[in-house]
This record gives sequence, structure tokens and C-alpha cells, in this order.
Amino acid sequence: MAALNVSVVSADQEVWSGEAAMVVARTVEGEIGILPGHEPMLAILAGGEVRVTLPGGEKITANAEDGFLSVQSNAVQVVASRAELS
Amino acid sequence: MGAQLRVYRQKIKSAQTTKKITKAMELIAASRIQKAQARVTASTPYSRAITRAVSAVATFSNVDHVLTTEPETIERAAVVILTSDRGLAGAFNSQVLREAEQLAELLRSQGKDVVYFLVGRKAVGYFQFRRRASERQWTGSSENPEFELAKEIADAVLEVFLRDAADGGVDEIHVVYNRFVSMMTQTPEVVRLLPLEVVEGVEEPDATVQPLYEFEPDVETVLDSLLPVYIESRIYNALLQSAAAKHAATQKAMKSASDNADKLITDYTRLANEARQAEITQQIAEIVGGADALAAKK
Repeated sequence: MAALNVSVVSADQEVWSGEAAMVVARTVEGEIGILPGHEPMLAILAGGEVRVTLPGGEKITANAEDGFLSVQSNAVQVVASRAELS
Repeated sequence: MGAQLRVYRQKIKSAQTTKKITKAMELIAASRIQKAQARVTASTPYSRAITRAVSAVATFSNVDHVLTTEPETIERAAVVILTSDRGLAGAFNSQVLREAEQLAELLRSQGKDVVYFLVGRKAVGYFQFRRRASERQWTGSSENPEFELAKEIADAVLEVFLRDAADGGVDEIHVVYNRFVSMMTQTPEVVRLLPLEVVEGVEEPDATVQPLYEFEPDVETVLDSLLPVYIESRIYNALLQSAAAKHAATQKAMKSASDNADKLITDYTRLANEARQAEITQQIAEIVGGADALAAKK
């Protein structure tokens, strides 16, 4: 199965990037889970946790505030003016 | 006697002191360039991601939005000028101010009023000296710009942008700043932020296949929240570029100042040596003359 190419970016640095099996984020309309092959989309994030599941099954969580999520051909970008791993 | 020599020695000493200062400033600037450049590089993923997202919206939707559509008549334009707080940076500030003047002239010739937003003590001083009005000023943090500053500037600029033209709102936003090209070159640049002019890296949508692009909650809301962020990131990037360019300009200016001091020291040392020699020669001549006179008297 193809993997997602995820990067979590904040205003002054790239917080995390790598491959992942799934990304779960909270947008203004509710939680959304993204698996490989997701249609392209652009969503506004509601402040909160972004959970990234790695191909091996481990999980990474990051806090993102004021940002958005973009998905395009298996590349996922979580962009926030403030973001940090927790 | 010896006055000439003393003057030269004083001048040498003063050039040496100056050189110490300029050399120290050069070294400080050189060490700061690295850091400033690292910050520019660190902020690129963010601005790249935002630019990509903005171009996605612009390409895959055709909504009319205040921030993207160009009004028919533009009455007023805002110009944001980024300078430094401190001088001693060669042409750094004067070139960006000159560029801003040219831009303002161009805008005025198109019948637009110009509203200024100034960043850095140098720009504020320049305007105060000429008794010109400006809308807002920010000073004190241009050397090490934080994202909060960019946010503040972006908020202020967007606020006047969204205001009606009748109430003193602007329809155009330009930013003038020094771009860090290399250690040796910093070029002043003018960028029109709003209305959006060119979005870098826009891919022409394929006419036959319309890709499905989903916006959540909807296109207008996404644009509403995306464009201010875009402006913030562009201003933040400009601030960082300007800071890096300032350090590079300081380093260059201080290097040539140190070189000049070196040259002065050599020149004055030569002159001082010459004066010393002349003095000794004169003393010998006097002694010889005196001895001759004594010998002739006998």
C-alpha cells in the first residue's frame, strides 16, 4: 500500500516530516482521517491535535494552531503558524 | 619642532581605534549572517506550503474574492517599507528608500494616493526629517524579526485593505525590502502583495480533466482564512530576508571601512617616518652648522 508523505510545518521551521500510514486531524467541521489515495483537499484546522500513524504502527501527535491541512496525491501538509510535537 | 610628527601620530592612533571598532562590527555581522540565513531557510517550507495551497485554490476554483479581484479604480495604495534600525550598513537603507520613492512616484503618476507603513528606525527617521506622514511605524525589532511582528504588520495592512476606499482604505499593497541574494549582493525589491499578482508555481489546470478538489468547509471560508496567512508569511519572509541582507551589508561596509583604516594607517605611518627623518636631518644640520660656526670663531 502506498504511504502518505506527511510534513508538519510551522511558521519558523519544519516540525516533522516523513512517511505515514494515516493522519487524523481536527478541522472546523470535525475530525478527519486521511489514508493513502485520499482525494485532494484543503481544509481549515481547528486548533488541536494532529495524530500521525507511522507505517510501523507508532503514533506521533502534534499540536497545531491556526492552520490548514492540504492533501494532494498522497502528500499531506499540516501548515500552522504555531505547531509543535507533543 | 616635532609638532608635525605629533599630529601624524595622533591620526594614526585615531585610525587604529576606528579600525578596532569596524573590525569588531564586521565579525559580529559575519556571525549573525549565518543565523539570519538559517532562519530564512527554516521558514521556506512554511511559505512554500502556503504558496502551494493558495495556488491550488486559485487554480481549482473560480470564486470572486475581495483579496484576489482587482477593483476597477484604485484610489489609494499602501507601501510597506522595510529598513533597519541601525545604520553603518552602506547603501542598505538608502537604496530601499530610493526604490520606495520611485514606486511612490509611479503610483502617484497613476493617480493613486500613497499610504506608508514603515518598519525600522531608519525609515521613520527619513520620514520625520522630511515631515511626511505615515500610517503606522514599527521599530526596534528589525534585526531579529519574530513571527508576531509579521502578524502585526499583516493585520494592520489587511485592516486598511478591507476598509472602504471612502473611509481611507487602500486597494493595493506593496512591500519594498532588501532581498538577500548573496553575501556580496543585496538588491532592493518591490513586491505587490495584494491583489494577488503572480502566484509562484501555478500549474495550469488541465482543460480536459478537472481534478476533484475538496474544500472544507467551503471555498470562500478557506480563502478567507488562507489569504491573511499568505500575506503574513510573505511579510515574515521579507522581514527575514531584510534582516539577513542587513547583516551582509553591514559586514561589507565594515570590511571596506577596516580596509580604509588600514590604508590610512600605512599612509600616515609613511608621513610620520618622513617627518621624523626630516627632524633628525634638521637637527644634524643645526649641530654641524653650530660646530662650524664655533670652529670659524677660533
